[in-house]
Amino acid sequence: MLFNFHRTANAAKTSCGGCCTRLVNFGVRLNGVAILEAINLHVHCGELTVLLGPNGAGKTTLFRAMLGELPYSGQLQFIHAESEERFIHPRIGYVPQKLDIDALAPVTVMDLLTGALAQRPVWLGHSRALRAQAGKMLAAVKAQDLLDQRIGQLSCGQLQRTLLALALMPVPDLLLLDEPVSGVDPAGIDLFYHMVSELRRMYDLSILLVSHDIPTAARFADRMVFLNRTILCDGTPREVLAGPCIRQTFGVDLANVGLSQIENQAARVCQHETCENQTGCRP
Amino acid sequence: MTFWHHIAGHLPFEWAQFVFMQNALLAILLIAPLFALIGCLVISNQMTFFSDAIGHAALTGIAIGVLAGLADPLWAMLGFAAVLAVLVSVLRRYSSASTDTIIGLIMALAVALGVVLLSRGGGFARYSSYLIGDLLTIRPFEILRLVLLLALVAGVWLVFFNQLFFTGLNRSLARARGFPVWRLETFFAVLVAMVVTITIPWVGLLVINALLIVPAAAARNLARSMSAYVLLAIIISALSGILGLISSFYWSTATGATIVLWAIGFFILSLVFRQR
Repeated sequence: MLFNFHRTANAAKTSCGGCCTRLVNFGVRLNGVAILEAINLHVHCGELTVLLGPNGAGKTTLFRAMLGELPYSGQLQFIHAESEERFIHPRIGYVPQKLDIDALAPVTVMDLLTGALAQRPVWLGHSRALRAQAGKMLAAVKAQDLLDQRIGQLSCGQLQRTLLALALMPVPDLLLLDEPVSGVDPAGIDLFYHMVSELRRMYDLSILLVSHDIPTAARFADRMVFLNRTILCDGTPREVLAGPCIRQTFGVDLANVGLSQIENQAARVCQHETCENQTGCRP
Repeated sequence: MTFWHHIAGHLPFEWAQFVFMQNALLAILLIAPLFALIGCLVISNQMTFFSDAIGHAALTGIAIGVLAGLADPLWAMLGFAAVLAVLVSVLRRYSSASTDTIIGLIMALAVALGVVLLSRGGGFARYSSYLIGDLLTIRPFEILRLVLLLALVAGVWLVFFNQLFFTGLNRSLARARGFPVWRLETFFAVLVAMVVTITIPWVGLLVINALLIVPAAAARNLARSMSAYVLLAIIISALSGILGLISSFYWSTATGATIVLWAIGFFILSLVFRQR
């Protein structure tokens, strides 16, 4: 197996069936302490769910457990639309917050991508076919110029888009984004969120995104989940921002800014497009 | 071997006329790429302290071999190093103490236990050759051992290099891509342990980690991509090896440590020409 591309053939799974990722009574204990407990969450395909919560709420722990890095109790299921078949392990695309390398590390974007995709050792050079493949992956996230850049030279936004390109190859069932826009400039944040929204529609992806940026999250999220050891609030951005969770933790002002962002966004969408439900995936 | 001696004997240098130097040169030309290949991943996966600890732990391995009455303690050293490598991996997985602390503790235990066992009755001086190593005493069948080891590492690298490299970039990301992170890391740790242990008698456990790390660290300063990184590490490792061997011949110094000094020289040079 030289390449791991077999899933890309059905990349365009555009139908909005009722596929979803489901956490049932999900919990994580570390050294006898419950970090997460009694989490019940359904993430539907084509839905961008923003995960909010104070520091230490267990957001990253949730991701690590879902990736299989930490033992968990309860169930993690992926349910396909057509077959109602249940899979214990969905194909998860993951975008970490950062890489564990220093700025001077001799790793190019090409090295990073082929390190994941091919078996031929990256230091023996890259085949032309693989370069073309990597270029295409980067083009999908508007980062085609970065192929020969060193990872350490990339801006936060460029690195995030590169990691996003990697997470989309092969197309996952569920995409986990861990604070993808921390350290990114406002224009970069917008670009990133627009891209993620687009990809969600194109591939009918379920996306779970951890963010601290409430105003931007409010504009793009289909759904907001407030987590602190367990799920305390869950609903549309409007519902969650109006509810007590955000107001108590992050303050009334921030919640109101978020709400006004939603109003602006709604007005803008209605000017340019029809006002029907964009995601269209909710059962 | 006779073929090699024939070639090396025709080198127009005084030192190249001695059979032990010809053997040592061949050994260096095998050890250099071996160490460079391993060293590159040891550095990028942040395992420099681990490989250092494995080198020191060989003391206990030697002691076990001696107590068991083995003529050549190599197998005891290999077994002990492999067990230790797995132990560190397991502790790293299941303990909440930091990796550095775990490795530090295990290294302290292995060194102290080795010294205590070997110094019983005041006979430690007999084993000091393991501390410094002696490349000039290498024999043809031991060179064959190095050939096999290099072939093994090269084979493993062809299959697993990318996964090991990717695991070093971000473990969660590697896991998300379905790489068996823990098994990979344990496998790599055992491989490093084997390579370090097998080469200790010729390089010496005091400087073996430097030989592993320094050429790769110098290459890291100069390289901008993975291919440049690995190739430069091999070149720097081979150059320091050859220069170190020749100068140790003329200065009558320990070969391993002399090679390390050359490697450090290259590292300082690499700082000057560092890519920004």
